[in-house]
Amino acid sequence: MLFLIILILSYAAGFFMPWWVAAIVAFLAALWIGKTPGRSFWSGFFGVAFVWVALALFKTVPNDHILATRVAHMFTLPGWGYLLALTAVIGGLVGGMSALSGILVRRLIWG
Amino acid sequence: MRFLKAFLSVVVTLVFIWALQTKLGSIPPLGKFLNPATGFWQNAESKHITVNQTLKLPGLLDKVTISYDEHMIPHIFARNDHDLYYAQGYITAHDRLWQMDIQTRSASGRLAEVVGPGALAHDRYERRMGMVYGAENTISEMMKDPEIKQVITAYTEGVNTYVHQLTIRDYPIEFKLLDYKPEEFKPINCAFLLKLMSETLTGGSDQFAMTNNLKHFGAATVNDLFPDQHFNEEPIIPVGTKWDFKPLLVPKPSKGFEAQMTAGIQPPQKIDGIGSNNWAVNGSKTASGYPILANDPHLTLSFPSIWYQIQLTSPSVNVNGVSLPGAPCIVIGYNQKISWGVTNVGADVLDWYQIKFKDESKDEYWYNNRWNKVTRRIEAIKIRGEQTEYDTVIYTHHGPVVYETVAKKDTGIGYNRNVPVGDALRWIAHDTSDDIKTFYLLNHAKNYTDYRAALTYFTAPAQNFIFASVDNDIAITPNGKFPLKYKDQGKFILDGSDPANDWQGWIPASQNPTVKNPPRGFVSSANQSSTDATYPYYINWQFGSYYRGKRINDRLTAMHGATVDSMRLMQMDNYSILAQDVLPTMIKYLDPTKMDAEQLKAVDLLKKWDKRYDANSIGATVFDAWWQHFYNLIWADKFYIKGEYFQPPYNDRTEKLLLTEPNSKWFDNAKTQATETCTDVVNRAFYDAIDELTTKNGPQGEKWEWGYIKQTYISHTASLPGFGTGNFVAGGTSGVIDALKGDNGPSWRMVVQLGPQVKGYGILPTGESGNPGSYYYDDMLPVWKSGQLSELLFMQNPGDGKGRIKKTVVLEKKD
Repeated sequence: MLFLIILILSYAAGFFMPWWVAAIVAFLAALWIGKTPGRSFWSGFFGVAFVWVALALFKTVPNDHILATRVAHMFTLPGWGYLLALTAVIGGLVGGMSALSGILVRRLIWG
Repeated sequence: MRFLKAFLSVVVTLVFIWALQTKLGSIPPLGKFLNPATGFWQNAESKHITVNQTLKLPGLLDKVTISYDEHMIPHIFARNDHDLYYAQGYITAHDRLWQMDIQTRSASGRLAEVVGPGALAHDRYERRMGMVYGAENTISEMMKDPEIKQVITAYTEGVNTYVHQLTIRDYPIEFKLLDYKPEEFKPINCAFLLKLMSETLTGGSDQFAMTNNLKHFGAATVNDLFPDQHFNEEPIIPVGTKWDFKPLLVPKPSKGFEAQMTAGIQPPQKIDGIGSNNWAVNGSKTASGYPILANDPHLTLSFPSIWYQIQLTSPSVNVNGVSLPGAPCIVIGYNQKISWGVTNVGADVLDWYQIKFKDESKDEYWYNNRWNKVTRRIEAIKIRGEQTEYDTVIYTHHGPVVYETVAKKDTGIGYNRNVPVGDALRWIAHDTSDDIKTFYLLNHAKNYTDYRAALTYFTAPAQNFIFASVDNDIAITPNGKFPLKYKDQGKFILDGSDPANDWQGWIPASQNPTVKNPPRGFVSSANQSSTDATYPYYINWQFGSYYRGKRINDRLTAMHGATVDSMRLMQMDNYSILAQDVLPTMIKYLDPTKMDAEQLKAVDLLKKWDKRYDANSIGATVFDAWWQHFYNLIWADKFYIKGEYFQPPYNDRTEKLLLTEPNSKWFDNAKTQATETCTDVVNRAFYDAIDELTTKNGPQGEKWEWGYIKQTYISHTASLPGFGTGNFVAGGTSGVIDALKGDNGPSWRMVVQLGPQVKGYGILPTGESGNPGSYYYDDMLPVWKSGQLSELLFMQNPGDGKGRIKKTVVLEKKD
């Protein structure tokens, strides 16, 4: 459930708000309905990572990965897939850590 | 405990997000850059093209239709001139916004503002050279011309309409990488672009090094090694052309100059031969009976390309060709009646003047037998992450004192090496000018008379404007604003206190060297000397060497029934006139009895070599290395001395030494006991060359092929790895028509067949789009590399070009 909420809200927010709003989304969602720190972290992690991977694929597939390949080489990565993985991990960590913070604050407030 | 956990988690998360939002060193802010909603993924363009699009834009007066062909080159159809230049600005910004931004920043010394203190030395250099001062003078002049004011204003409006539409996700990728925002385009940016061209083409000077030469070697040696009349000459204006004007009185040399040149009669190699070509043949030499014009301007090749292809059509004009992103109009191109192109003249329009200050305050300087007040200009240089630096530059009536003390001269940037400390700079780029008017008028020109009228407005950087028309006229004019000087004025640093050393007015534009329809049936230029010695005025003492010009003229002289393809093949010609001149003599000096098998093999190869710098030629490799070693063995011990800054003699003088002065003292190496002769140096150079090639590449074989030996590459303007080509195999070299070497080469190749139906052909080295995420970022590269040209689409009506139009965008006025 938390995973789905984070996924949907961070996807929607991405269209008209800065990228870091995903962190607020994950934080608030976990604060609201988070269960355990572990589950919250992974819900946040995969919720945001999924959205970032999906959005990236949506742009890069019709591009035949021309740009992603160039940027990967700039980062001295061997191919665009690595760049996508890096994107997923960064998005995931943002979501995961925010959700973790959310659940920990929730426990602090409501016990 | 709970509190601590929650607190730590929140803090770590916030720090993490802050780090992802912040640029750290050269690493872009990773969160900002990688997130797919607004980061770089958004710059990936889809291969599915939106075939029809309508945009409503504020400020338009009427409807504009833009058709894009298979290379995504825009063909603009506007119903009035305002909308035409508005659309040009809008479309150019769409494809090249970052390029327009960074070249303005580079020219105006505003790089540190976005990249930080690392660019400070660059910024100070640009400011101190008076780039901003010059651009301010130019734009104020252009804005006084109502026609040009309208053009520049409309163009600016178009660019800004595009800039205002952008949200962060639309920013070109370089803005995201460097983490800054596009800013509003200003009319002065057009002037900065022209100043940048002036800086590229006239901003260098060898006067400092030549003055050192004079002090160290004396006038007699300098006159011998750096003559005004070169061993080989092939002037642009054919020898014997009559000058049909009454020249102004040429100023007399100052007393100081004369004394310097007769005094006592005792006291990084320049890359020669890289440059542009243009030529035009008249109907007597072509298959169609109408002229053909060709132009390939050579500049630093880069992503994005320095040129932007575009067709501009309104009720007053229909013109096709290339523009410079950041300036309205077309710079090189053609319309139904005429075609024109440019190469650099290399006039001496930049001089240094020694300044004597009254005292340490540097408030007054000695000139015309009295003390004169200086003015001061404060340059505010913004620096990312640091306090703004205020740099004060002293101006005399000559111009800015670029570095008044040694301490002011930043080390670490190579290009300020030739700036003498304590001297004032007189440079054409500081003058008022209305150069865009020339292009505006050429775009509209219908015949030779219009061409001549257009040229009178051009100031700098002086260009060899070549011309051909459907009326079967051809012409060429080394053209710009040339200062009226005595002979050799500015060959060395000048005494700034004597008014006789000032520029004494200008050569009248109508008296610039020019030739129309010469009997030989063609006109051409390749940066070589403008005229023979009969021209009454002084333009410079040295120009590009004659090699490319001679090859062009040899081929055109022999040519009959020329077609577009003859011209295309000529642009790819890599036959070396230098090799033709010197190789037989050099081989003659070799002593085969002392050689081993590898060396003999190389000699044999050279004897059979066709003197072409083909990519698979080994002869070219051996000759090239041999000549380099030969040149260095003669000059290096005398001119490349640690701690000194001298100008070594050019290839032309070296050639003369080899061919006519085998017993010259210059062959002797001062560091050895023996007295070397020409024979010794030629043989030594040959052994050294073969040794070096063998050490680096093993025994003679595929690895010795010229295409592998020569480095050829095209980089992104910001040298971003992965965004350029890397090294590729290609023929050509400096000093041949296809002067492709390193990242310098033909930045645009064009051939235009005039006639009842004009036909243009052309190719850019990279692509139309500046976006590395576009299919049109490098789609022209394979065609360019193969030496082919694309047939240019020149539409007469919005409906033309069936089968070639891939996309149509309609711009409509937004109420």
